[in-house]
Amino acid sequence: MQSRNNTVSELLMKLFRRQIFIPIAALLLLALFNLIADPSFFKITLGTNSAGDPVLSGYLITILDYGSELAILAIGMTLVTAASGGQDISVGAAIAISGSVVLRVLCGSNSRPETLQAPIIVAFLVSCLVAMAFGAFNGTLVAYFKIQPMVATLILFTAGRSIAAWINNNELPIISEPSFGYFGGFIPGIPIPTPVFIAVACMIITALTLRFTNLGLYCQAVGINDKSSRLNGLNPAFIKFLTYVILGLCVAVAGLIKVSRLSSINYSVIAKDIEMDAILAVALGGNALSGGKFNMTASILGAYVIQFLTTTLYKFNVQSDALSAYKAVVVIALVVLSAPIVREKLTALKNSLKKQPAAKEVA
Amino acid sequence: MATKTMKPVSLRNKLKNMTDTNLLLLITIVVFFVMYIGAMLFLGKGFLKPQTFFNILNANAALIILACGMSLVMITGGIDISVGGVTALVSMSCAVYLDHHNGNVFVSALLALAIGLAFGLIQGYLIAYLDIQPFIVTLAGMFFARGMTTIVHTNPFNVENTAFKALKETRVLIPGMGSVNKAGNYVDAYIEIGVIVALLVVAALFVILRWTKLGRSFYAVGGNNQSALMLGVNVKRTKFYSHLICGLLAGIGGYVYFLHVGSGSASHASGAEMNAIASSIIGGTMLTGGVGNIIGTLFGVLSLSTIQNIVSSVGLDQAWWTGITIAAMLCLFLVIQSIVMSRKSTNGLKLPFKKMRKE
Repeated sequence: MQSRNNTVSELLMKLFRRQIFIPIAALLLLALFNLIADPSFFKITLGTNSAGDPVLSGYLITILDYGSELAILAIGMTLVTAASGGQDISVGAAIAISGSVVLRVLCGSNSRPETLQAPIIVAFLVSCLVAMAFGAFNGTLVAYFKIQPMVATLILFTAGRSIAAWINNNELPIISEPSFGYFGGFIPGIPIPTPVFIAVACMIITALTLRFTNLGLYCQAVGINDKSSRLNGLNPAFIKFLTYVILGLCVAVAGLIKVSRLSSINYSVIAKDIEMDAILAVALGGNALSGGKFNMTASILGAYVIQFLTTTLYKFNVQSDALSAYKAVVVIALVVLSAPIVREKLTALKNSLKKQPAAKEVA
Repeated sequence: MATKTMKPVSLRNKLKNMTDTNLLLLITIVVFFVMYIGAMLFLGKGFLKPQTFFNILNANAALIILACGMSLVMITGGIDISVGGVTALVSMSCAVYLDHHNGNVFVSALLALAIGLAFGLIQGYLIAYLDIQPFIVTLAGMFFARGMTTIVHTNPFNVENTAFKALKETRVLIPGMGSVNKAGNYVDAYIEIGVIVALLVVAALFVILRWTKLGRSFYAVGGNNQSALMLGVNVKRTKFYSHLICGLLAGIGGYVYFLHVGSGSASHASGAEMNAIASSIIGGTMLTGGVGNIIGTLFGVLSLSTIQNIVSSVGLDQAWWTGITIAAMLCLFLVIQSIVMSRKSTNGLKLPFKKMRKE
């Protein structure tokens, strides 16, 4: 009996030490809370939307749907965090820019076009190029001018939404073409929201890249020790630069989904505070925000946990403006629990509790 | 500055021997004066009136206070992005207290201080003693403050409390700086009470940073954590104090902001944290810690708002130009900093082309 107890606790301890423990525990906690509060949270129904196509609906589907952009951003943000030891706070503004570019290319000079002026794929590719160029701008400042990432990206953060408005002459183009809405909504006949497929595709591409190239290894090496990775023949500056360009690509994909959801854009509101959510996803995944080792799965899971939390709060009729207060409390609790010092103290406490009964038995 | 009394050494040497802090300060002050005098010469009109300058001060008194706190934290090697949120929370809480509960102005000021202190205390404890990243803690602080603001009261409203209004309308006249207005009457130049508070804060922080043990330990901890520890500085306590003071200043800044706008709203001071960081950086404070100056921060705020005024008076008054100009200015100063920092290291700036030449 004693030995079995030990193995169970050892197993728990092992899991406790694993990085992915934090997001999983948070997810389970949230799920449990919802199960107790209202089991209908987990109900998924098959209905029809206004166009008469079959669609799945339910809170879980909402989470998967709206968590997509965040998960895609979390991929890029994890790499940036790992390699440069800092975060890109300009992703929200960059999404505004890339979304604005998509609309600009699709609409041409007319802000309410009857037909699209260019194929969607062209618009997407142009926005990819633009977003990567802005990523390259951030990357240059961080990698070659050695400016702290948070500060370097502050530039785009302040200017981004202004640039986005400037691209479309401050007009708000609206696209009436239904096929443009497929990226953020449903493709007729398929009941699962399209963003989920896009997110899964991004994850598969990332997984393959990390599996078959050295990108992940190099990012970690540069993040852990810039100088020694240089001595080992890596080019730290270029790898940092590359991660920002990759994040730019992620931003373009997320931007396409965002504008497709509305078929329009609101420069000051689109992807508001998403940079904070993306950083929190990385932190929730248990990744060190100071760079180095990372766990991509944990980050992506972290993104969905954040979306889970948001949806849960919405369900309890929390005002969207007040949402952040509750989020902050949860985040602080999680971060405090996962802080190394607190963990050490908890382990010490547990050990002393274990020792006391043992000592009694001996006595 | 001491350099004036020194014998004429070649300018180059003088610049070389300057500390980073002084050099960055010099650059900031020169840029500000060049910009302002340039505006006076080429744009004339409004910029020639002293009141324009005082209006910049009036509108930015709160930002000066916030930026001072930010500089202090940045010198110590941290960051605090909750200041904008705290400002909004302070103005909303005070507004609700004054209007809905018939509060007293003095107590509302105390309330502002208490809110600021509470944020400083909790954030400081988490950052210094639990060793959690400052960015994450203050990010959560910002979220919390913004969310709490809407929980306290949802809709924006103007404060009608008479005692408060009297305080808000109080003007300090500056003799001899007045100008003749359009109607032909002579109007004295004035500043608001907030400006006096801001200048007092700047003076107090300047004294603390320059002449006290605590001030020196801020620089020591920011410059190098480990060596500060070796020298016997209590690193954790120093970090804690820096965040505590920053929180307190956010409370004061919030009240000054409230005094200027006289209303409570959840969208108040949005982006103030970024403006404060930008002003600190333009003022020569480095995010890496250990370098910075409060006087520089003051000039940073002034430069930032002067360029905004210039941009709008040139005729580029669409909203987006302001954002783009601030960003361009920030970019310029960051590159200057990067060059200043690398001038002493043997390798120099590691630009790609330089490296290629070496290899």
